[in-house]
Amino acid sequence: MTIDPALRDAVLAAIPKLRAFAISLSGNVDRADDLVQETMLRALANIHSFQPGTNLQAWLFTILRNLFRSEYRKRKREVEDVDGRHADSLVSHPEQDSRLEFKELRVALGKLPQDQREALILVGASGFSYEEAAAICECAVGTIKSRVNRARHRLANELSIEKAEDLGPDPAVRAVMAGKSR
Amino acid sequence: MNEKTKGPGSDMLSGVSRSTRDGSSALDKETQTKIGQQLRAMYDDVVRQGVPDRFADLLKELERREAEEPKS
Repeated sequence: MTIDPALRDAVLAAIPKLRAFAISLSGNVDRADDLVQETMLRALANIHSFQPGTNLQAWLFTILRNLFRSEYRKRKREVEDVDGRHADSLVSHPEQDSRLEFKELRVALGKLPQDQREALILVGASGFSYEEAAAICECAVGTIKSRVNRARHRLANELSIEKAEDLGPDPAVRAVMAGKSR
Repeated sequence: MNEKTKGPGSDMLSGVSRSTRDGSSALDKETQTKIGQQLRAMYDDVVRQGVPDRFADLLKELERREAEEPKS
């Protein structure tokens, strides 16, 4: 395995963004760093399959996303019969490692379906175009657009529910909101 | 959730504006901007941490091993 130094530097330079993506996906810094390391190893081992001149960052994000999804599926299978609440424990534990100012957002992100969460992060935070995000997620551009749209709505709901509770809505409204946030 | 149980003002609280013509509801601009800003702030907070040592060390280790191994 001989790595072109320029390519190696480019992989290294992409790590901060890969970490941000991985942390946003998993909600857990340690798992995210393991995911980034695995992505790095896979990328370097398969560097011959990267086409020079194409978007290296998108290629790396694709590897990370696929690793996250296969790990998620595997872990889900393993705990399926053990604990009915497994879905909650697989994605986010924002309490333990997130900075306080982003905690609310991470909790809300953790409640999104995986498809919506990754689409929103790729477009809304990583700065990929809809087309690039569609290529990374291996789906149609229209699908990405609708996932991003739905994710924004749900997030807006989740985040303003917190604020509404702070303001103390009347009990009927609060009951409806409590039911909705579950 | 049906309309009756929705409660007064919940549309306003959730940042969802009136339904658009095609039936899907649109988020008001302010809410959308706020979500975008928060997402990027959270994301950039991690990006600014740079490359943790473990990754740079791992690369060095890989290159060291590569240099030691006889070329096949």
